Amino acid sequence: MKSKVNLKVLMAAGVMGLGASHGALAQDTIKIGSVLSVTGPSSFLGEPEDKTLRIYVDKINAAGGVGGKKIELVIYDDGGDANKARTFATRLIEDDEVIAMVGGTTTGSTMAMIPVFEDAKIPFISLAGAIEVIDPVRKFVFKTPHTDKMACEKIFEDLKKRNLTKIGMISGTDGFGASMRAQCVKVAPNYGMQILIDESYGPRDSDMTAQLTKIKNTAGVQAVVNPGFGQGPAIVTRNYAQLGMTNIPFYQSHGVASKSFIDLAGAAAEGVRLPAAALLVGDKLPENDPQKKVVTDYKQAYESATKQPVSTFGGHAYDGLFLLVEAMKRANSTDPQKIRDEIEKTKGFVGTGGIVNMSATDHLGLDLSAFRMLEIKGGDWNLVASGS
Amino acid sequence: MAEFLQFLISGLTVGAVYALVALGFTLIYNASGVVNFAQGEFVMLGGMVTVFAVSLGLPLPLAALLAIGIAVVIGLLLHRLAIEPARGASAVTLIIITIGASIFLRGLAAVVFDKQFHKLPAFTGEAPVDILGAAVQPQSFWVLGGAAIVVLALYVFLEHTIIGKAVLATAANRLAARLVGINTTTIMALAFGGSAAIGAIAGILVTPITLTSYDAGTLLALKGFAAAMLGGMGNPIGAVVGGLLLGLLEAFGAGYLSSTYKDAFAFLVILVVLFAAPQGLFGRRVVERV
Repeated sequence: MKSKVNLKVLMAAGVMGLGASHGALAQDTIKIGSVLSVTGPSSFLGEPEDKTLRIYVDKINAAGGVGGKKIELVIYDDGGDANKARTFATRLIEDDEVIAMVGGTTTGSTMAMIPVFEDAKIPFISLAGAIEVIDPVRKFVFKTPHTDKMACEKIFEDLKKRNLTKIGMISGTDGFGASMRAQCVKVAPNYGMQILIDESYGPRDSDMTAQLTKIKNTAGVQAVVNPGFGQGPAIVTRNYAQLGMTNIPFYQSHGVASKSFIDLAGAAAEGVRLPAAALLVGDKLPENDPQKKVVTDYKQAYESATKQPVSTFGGHAYDGLFLLVEAMKRANSTDPQKIRDEIEKTKGFVGTGGIVNMSATDHLGLDLSAFRMLEIKGGDWNLVASGS
Repeated sequence: MAEFLQFLISGLTVGAVYALVALGFTLIYNASGVVNFAQGEFVMLGGMVTVFAVSLGLPLPLAALLAIGIAVVIGLLLHRLAIEPARGASAVTLIIITIGASIFLRGLAAVVFDKQFHKLPAFTGEAPVDILGAAVQPQSFWVLGGAAIVVLALYVFLEHTIIGKAVLATAANRLAARLVGINTTTIMALAFGGSAAIGAIAGILVTPITLTSYDAGTLLALKGFAAAMLGGMGNPIGAVVGGLLLGLLEAFGAGYLSSTYKDAFAFLVILVVLFAAPQGLFGRRVVERV
């Protein structure tokens, strides 16, 4: 009996203590929440996002915070599980009482969390790729990464400049490849592209020569596009060279925009083109490029803090955090509704992913200039001069 | 013709790897009645250890030997630490143990190595060879030749050595084998070590073509298992034929039918075969005597 009473007293004290500290904290800090896939199959996305948020929140706080208040960052790891993400989203709102959220590594977990933030009227800047996040536009949901539809448009734009209109496609059947393939098929007519042959391969397939032979023997194919992710595109690229198809221009997607693709594909990657964010070629951008400073600064900060090469995924988190910080400064308030209004009014924000111009109908705010067309030459990325 | 040859060779190359994985399944199944689902992890270990040994500056042949050695040690440990203590448990229990071992080995590889994809340079150059219009990677010959040598060596071992005959005797009847003085525990350890070596060799041969990563074994185990079932579980010739057939089905399915449905096509054929001949193409009919 006695122990029970003690427990009650303890609990009451604990609750009071919590309440007190909560009240004190709420006055001099701004609570920002985040749910990321730091572990699990999407950890290669979530890990750099997590590190980026921590590095920059520390930097902002060291410089005095936002409007004199320090930022308190609450990060939960959903392990790539959409169910967990939703639980954490509820916890962020009900227990942590955050005023905004930057996170949602995958499209799956983002879509699961959207209703929670919409209901609570808390602004949610997502780091997920798919266009479904912002189309249709939801009042409190924004996102920073460019979409696969834009990658297709960028490729088709480049093809059109080279007067190549008859293409073959070979796509991975993984989520990324399948989604991008669908977007490419959808926007192809807008650019006068004719898809003569449309092949696919499984995400763990080890040989794509059969599919490529079919494309090779299809009369009139002027270029080949390969939406895909992981090791598949590297094998496709190697098979492409093996079959002696390198006289046909070959396009990869932003899904392979990392140095490891060049390593894996080796000499076969020579001459391959792909759309990618400016972050990858920061040192090659001309001095007058508006993104030059942002991307080289971010690269330097990330690499010196983590000793790992920079990735575009961490860049999305950087963009999300600073979109929010800028909006909070303009709103000069911690009221979620006012912050939301200011995020929507963002104009000319220079991030790692591009120049963001939001509006009531566009909660992404990027145009095709966010992507740079790159060509692999001498085992390195090279900017393709427009019109060549 | 060139097209046909291209599909044929790419099918045979992939099929040779499935055949080696299926052979590993067969060896352990014969000695112990266990379907070892960690078989794919031996293939992964062969590739990953070689990649990392080469990156540390070891010459390729030495790195390959090291990889086979490590795989064999892990195969023996798997038998000693996981299978042997559960001796007497039902086959299903033992199979579940091997699934657990497979997950463990994959996790271990992710921690010890990393989660990136890795490549290995081709053994004899990357310039494709032209065979009647089909472009073939020189590494394909290594895979096909290597698989043929392994199959031949295994045949000679099983048919023409005393220990090999002891393995066959254990496969035929464990109790009788023990009664004539065969140490069946040693034979089982031998089977685990041998099938680990076969898996590792497959991994080393194929990595220059397919790349490798810590989780490369999962799908190979599945395909190798399907090949072993197709050929008839427990029959070495069936394993080889089943593997090559599966590879060819996939390549011709992708080439002549639709690449979207090539896996479905391959598995459909397997289902039809198993429906007509439930023991597989070369399987023994097991008769339950009452």
